[in-house]
Amino acid sequence: MSKITYIDSTGSQKTIDVANGLSVMEGAVQNNISGIDADCGGGMACATCHVYVKEEWFNKLPKAEDAEQDMIDMAFEPKKNSRLSCQIIVTDELDGLVVTTPSKQV
Amino acid sequence: MIKTDVVIVGAGPVGLFTVHQLGIKGLKSEVIDNLDKAGGQCIELYPDKPIYDIPAIPECTGKELTENLLKQIKPFNTNFHFNERVQEVSEEKENWIVKTNKNKVFSAPNIIIAGGVGSFEPRRISLKEAEKYEGKNIFYSVRDKNKFKSKKVSIFGGGDSALDWALDLSKIAHVTLIHRREEFRGAPHTLNEIKKLEKAGKLQIKTKYQLSSIEGDKDIKSITIKNDDEKTIKIDTDYILSFFGLIMQLGPIAEWGLNMNKKTITVNTENFQTNKKGIFAIGDICTYPGKERLILSGFHEAALASVECFKRARPNEKYRFQFTTSSKEIQERLGCKPK
Repeated sequence: MSKITYIDSTGSQKTIDVANGLSVMEGAVQNNISGIDADCGGGMACATCHVYVKEEWFNKLPKAEDAEQDMIDMAFEPKKNSRLSCQIIVTDELDGLVVTTPSKQV
Repeated sequence: MIKTDVVIVGAGPVGLFTVHQLGIKGLKSEVIDNLDKAGGQCIELYPDKPIYDIPAIPECTGKELTENLLKQIKPFNTNFHFNERVQEVSEEKENWIVKTNKNKVFSAPNIIIAGGVGSFEPRRISLKEAEKYEGKNIFYSVRDKNKFKSKKVSIFGGGDSALDWALDLSKIAHVTLIHRREEFRGAPHTLNEIKKLEKAGKLQIKTKYQLSSIEGDKDIKSITIKNDDEKTIKIDTDYILSFFGLIMQLGPIAEWGLNMNKKTITVNTENFQTNKKGIFAIGDICTYPGKERLILSGFHEAALASVECFKRARPNEKYRFQFTTSSKEIQERLGCKPK
């Protein structure tokens, strides 16, 4: 279990215990966190689980592969610290991770 | 009005296999899809990506899967209604009346919704001021390229559509290609051609920039693009072409009075019927306890839903379970030669 904090675009935040091995997207969907749509269900095919990762955490994550970058191109308002939350797998090292969701996904 | 046994909404893998399951039971179906071809997500999102979990097919691409399914349902000569979206569903005696956005009307005792996550639509520019220029100065696809002759065209995106149109339109228009990062995901060959054109001064490329605002009154006059360091550039622009792929929108389905759970339709697991008798939901769009969004789950759901469709479409006939290996009736429907 690791604590993952999801902050929405209005600043309201929720911290959830997410089991190791699940993705940050699954943690959100299973706990009714709004702001993450995940239309394709984790197939890296829709960019609707797009999140911004707090800078201190961004560099600790394994780098995004090309296919993820390609999808982030399509996301709503991508930034330097954009990631697809379906590709961030929760481990002990990510305990305390903070992600912000964009004001909308499409 | 087109009368049939089952209207299938969605021509993805599950919709296609539904044609098969209905067909071997002797039921006719009509298929409606908002895209211009069959295959759904398999064709739109990952035509070349391998799929490894189709039973007895160790590996195949989305395109191959689609082609094989089309081959498998060929004997049934099913009508496909592409580029159409189901708009309205209403009840008339024992039948459902289905209307599309092109005013086609169907009547059938059964509707099977195999709509994936909804219909595919282009991802639109999210700036508020973009709305009034859409269809006039902003386009998400190109119908008639002559419109852009000698005009200033700003093209957004890093995939094949953006690269192909940048290359093509650079011959007749003043093109600026804008992309959010250095790397393009389009074909390297096209990119090389474009880089050559840039060197020759035939086209401009701005990477690491995104659209920040649109200026104009009746028509667009210019756009402003911005990079991560908030540096902005103003570019005189007559037309914007934006290629950010497709998104899936549930659309009118949400208004048909079906019990929904977020963006999915609640069904039972006996025959995948919704809260409305004769309307079924299968594949990614349905939900029930334990649901897994796999193609193979959709195939199973299609098989079971088709049985209930038979009972509703042929109330005076008894449903008989049959194997394709031994049933002469099924083999005839499949057009098999007697062995």
